[in-house]
Amino acid sequence: MTTTLARSASRRLRQESSRLFVIRELGIVAALTLLVVVTTIVNPRFLTSQGIKDLLLGSTILAILAVGQTVVVITRNVDLSAGSVLGLSAFATGSLFVAAPGLPIPVAVVAGVLLGAACGAVNGGLIAAVQVPSLVVTLGTLYVFRGIDYTWASGRQINAADMPGAFLSMGNTTPVMTMFAIVVLVAAGYYLRAFRSGRELYAIGSHPDAARLAGIPVGRRVLAAFVVSGALAGLAGVLYAARFGTLDANAGTGLELNVVAAVVVGGVAIFGGSGSVYGAAIGALLLTTIGSALPALGVSPFWQRASVGALILAAIGLDRALAVRLARTLRSGR
Amino acid sequence: MRGVVRGLSSWEAVVVIALVVVVAVGALAIEGVASPRFWRFVSLEVIPIALIALPMTLVIITGEIDLSVASVLGLTCATMGQLWVWGVTSLPLLIAAALLLGALLGAVNGLFVTGFGLPSLAVTIGTLALYRGLAYVILGDRAVADYPPEWASAAIAPIPGLTIPWMIIVVAVLAAGFGVVLHATPIGRGLYAMGNNAEAARFTGISVRRTTFWLFVATGAMSALAGVFWTLRYASARADNGNGLELAVIAAVLLGGVSIFGGRGRLAGVLAAVLLLGTLRNALQLADVPANTLTIITGSLLIVSVVGPNVVVKLRARKDRSWQRGVPWRFSPR
Amino acid sequence: MVVLELRDVSKAFDAVQALRAVRLGLRAGEAHGLVGENGAGKSTLVKILAGAHPADEGALLMDGRALRLAGPADARAAGIAVIYQEPTLFPDLSVAENIFMSRQPLRGLRRIDARAMRARTTELFDRLGVPMDPDRPARGLSIADQQLVEIAKALAFDARVLVMDEPTAALSGPEVERLFAVVRALCEAGSAVLFVSHRFEEIFALCERVSVMRDGRLVSTDPAAEVTVAELVRRMVGREVAEMYPKAEASKGPPLLQVRGLSRRGAFTGVSLTVHAGEIVALAGLVGAGRSEVARAVFGVDRHDEGEVLVDGRRLRNGDTAAAIAAGLALVPEDRRQQGLVMELSVARNATLARRWSLARLGLLTGGAERRAARTWGERLRVRSAGPDEAVSALSGGNQQKVVLAKWLSTEPRVLIVDEPTRGIDVGTKAEVHRLLSELAGRGVAVLMISSELPEVLGMADRVLVMHEGRLVADIPRALAGEETVMLAATGHGGAG
Repeated sequence: MTTTLARSASRRLRQESSRLFVIRELGIVAALTLLVVVTTIVNPRFLTSQGIKDLLLGSTILAILAVGQTVVVITRNVDLSAGSVLGLSAFATGSLFVAAPGLPIPVAVVAGVLLGAACGAVNGGLIAAVQVPSLVVTLGTLYVFRGIDYTWASGRQINAADMPGAFLSMGNTTPVMTMFAIVVLVAAGYYLRAFRSGRELYAIGSHPDAARLAGIPVGRRVLAAFVVSGALAGLAGVLYAARFGTLDANAGTGLELNVVAAVVVGGVAIFGGSGSVYGAAIGALLLTTIGSALPALGVSPFWQRASVGALILAAIGLDRALAVRLARTLRSGR
Repeated sequence: MRGVVRGLSSWEAVVVIALVVVVAVGALAIEGVASPRFWRFVSLEVIPIALIALPMTLVIITGEIDLSVASVLGLTCATMGQLWVWGVTSLPLLIAAALLLGALLGAVNGLFVTGFGLPSLAVTIGTLALYRGLAYVILGDRAVADYPPEWASAAIAPIPGLTIPWMIIVVAVLAAGFGVVLHATPIGRGLYAMGNNAEAARFTGISVRRTTFWLFVATGAMSALAGVFWTLRYASARADNGNGLELAVIAAVLLGGVSIFGGRGRLAGVLAAVLLLGTLRNALQLADVPANTLTIITGSLLIVSVVGPNVVVKLRARKDRSWQRGVPWRFSPR
Repeated sequence: MVVLELRDVSKAFDAVQALRAVRLGLRAGEAHGLVGENGAGKSTLVKILAGAHPADEGALLMDGRALRLAGPADARAAGIAVIYQEPTLFPDLSVAENIFMSRQPLRGLRRIDARAMRARTTELFDRLGVPMDPDRPARGLSIADQQLVEIAKALAFDARVLVMDEPTAALSGPEVERLFAVVRALCEAGSAVLFVSHRFEEIFALCERVSVMRDGRLVSTDPAAEVTVAELVRRMVGREVAEMYPKAEASKGPPLLQVRGLSRRGAFTGVSLTVHAGEIVALAGLVGAGRSEVARAVFGVDRHDEGEVLVDGRRLRNGDTAAAIAAGLALVPEDRRQQGLVMELSVARNATLARRWSLARLGLLTGGAERRAARTWGERLRVRSAGPDEAVSALSGGNQQKVVLAKWLSTEPRVLIVDEPTRGIDVGTKAEVHRLLSELAGRGVAVLMISSELPEVLGMADRVLVMHEGRLVADIPRALAGEETVMLAATGHGGAG
């Protein structure tokens, strides 16, 4: 009798907690849908094939960065150097094509990813080996990587003419670019859910000391998370070069805040342990959509930053409210 | 005196010594560093950073962070500019409005953090975007630059008989005030207790919420003061005034030996770090070292500032660290 | 049959020799008790078995073969499970994942088999006889349920050695009983158990043999049936402890603390109580009955929803700790490390934190004033430390508790609330704390003592109040208070009073 009661209570609890989870993910999707629908009603030209293409192209780079950032944030860390790594990798890709004009595109992609991974290894190595806060270390490497970028570029600019046409057209072909984002997203999402080391990243973020006591190689996992984040920033850099064609040392400046914003809006807990790459990717899509919806709605584009800020505040406020509710539910049952 | 020496941890001593070495070597090796004009430039550049670093030190010591300071500065500048355009020509009135606005913006941060119990890192990333965005909403890409030229010359007027601007005296008085509050009053003791263990602080009758709230208000007001100085010095109000300054301020505070985890650090170290970075930047500029090298140096110093003390601590190998939480940066577990 | 053996294991931290040539053998199918004062080296021993610290000298032998533990993962692989005083679960992950973290059942391509994991978790909970949903997150579980998940973890990898470091510190009576039933079943199945505890009655209830540690040495191992508590205590402290509970009669003065109809949603309801000057009133009950929550609300750390608190007839503002302190209230909280002290700060800073305003002159506070005040109180309470500038984290548990007491006694409170004042501190200091509380009552302080140790409650209190599920259910005068009456009330069966 008591067992039956407990079983049904526990089922109710499970439904409740998964419902709250779904509310969170659905919330962003609903916000996104609402924005698109309203914008389309006001301005039917918003959802033309060109409009959709611009949206997807625009969100690809941010989504890839957001996936990398999520992997790091889940472990209760943060990677502020993502924008600088993107800049460095983008300029490196351009320089590579200048130095070797006939270079196959996959080689350039691999080179960019490796460069990013190396930057990530520097971050992760410092954080894992010396156990210093990632916020400070990646703030430092944000300056350092950008400084290296400036030194390397020393005022030069790489133009579309310096890069092969096939590469540039890849950067403006929606299916190809979107494919990059989807492959990265699904691979990361599946890895985080279905593999031991993926689950260990959540464990580390949820309770670092317990993770250590459970025998999880915390340092190695955190290092790996930063390498992944760096590699994806590197990939994003290559795509950035392909999409924009014109490159100087300023590529991706300030982008790190947009990435963190996408992750937070996507429902990834800023203090680790919970959240999904899918949420972060939708967050990236939402931020990009706001950017293009405002002009379509006839609102001054100067409102964009302010609305992103308001969205971040709304997202963390919503997370807080949901967490409080979930905690109340969980306390009441087994 | 013995107390002062004992109070300086080894890291603060390192910063002070580095400052002395940079000044000495600079004066010997770089022409112009010994000149009074050089110190005028250093002072002018250091004033806004120092003004914001003072309250930021207290905020970080209590285990919180405020990333929105530069956006508060920018929004203050934009508002002053718009008020001027609307015909408010009284300088005292403009300054009062600016300070009030800054305090209000800080209060919004404080409300989100203490009232809704949200992590300050996430909140101030949100308001960083929001406040800067509002600055753009107000001014767009316009610049308000037709202030009376007397205002600029008054703001940067030197102390009679010296080349150093009189504003340094204001900074010094404020620094003394913040220093006394932090190091020699019951309030300061409470700040350190909060930063190390907010729960124990509450059990000691320290009103953690109220204190945190007012610290954010103070930070907003001081950022606004920096904005006033910025507007007057450059005789120009633009929406992007002080963009990215938050990183420079936080870099200086952390370099000065304040722990990002909260609970540790002294104002003297922060002031030395602010001066060190300002002197270094100007001296290297005089020596024709490109600005990007400086970016690399700033970033590296920041990393050294966390890695250095950590290596020292590791070598000393504390006996019992089980009570320390393995959190890469602190947050408010309310 | 000896499963796990420690042979002359030594360990030092800097200059402190934590373990000195410890020899210990854990037998299959046997629970082995380990007692000792704080700082005797018990926790270090546990950490070495867990693989969290390497031993400096000596050897670990599993089934007679040398065992090298480079980290916690090695200990698990060898079949050693450790349950700490504070459970170490991942709050965001499901209970099933907590149990199987890093050892999840796999299917093709080394992917996690979530269905098998859930099924095995259900199986484990059935064996333990607890209905818990494998998919619920660990966040929100009671400490007792968290301990059960830890046990399920140990069961999951067929731990041959189960090490438990004070697992009962935060458990109530029935929860302890359930835990013991599980441990006994494990023993019967052939596991070896090492049970570290401060509670002798539990040691005797569970263990076949009991060892005593003192100053990093293992001083004795005996069959539990052949030693007495007094003998164990003598070996732990190296001397006789004269009197454990020295409450002296004191004349009862006017009511100093009055609580009327105090309620806080989800914590406690309609609590009314009065403590007179010179009186020690104990607040007994099971863990989770709401005792600490009442203390927190009275002190203003939490807000209350209904009712009022009066100190010496004056009403306190709801949720205002500073006002409570000003009115003469002091609270020595339950959790010394998290609530009582700021571990990173010095002894002086901690001891003077509660009266930093009164120590200030013209609003300015100097380190000298703090050190002088701390030295006075340190001497009065016999705090053993290197000096007022030493970090409080460097002190032993008992001395840390004395610093907390100094912090609050220096405010010269008229009403003192102590929450588990002797939890986790050694026997010698315990007696000192009891003497101190008695002395304070003698000087007219009203003392409200929350304690889960019945002997302490019965020995110290003039009156015993009992809470059950958020309500005050009994008020028993000293003469009528016995173990049985208090326990009956605490479990909801009494109500006389």
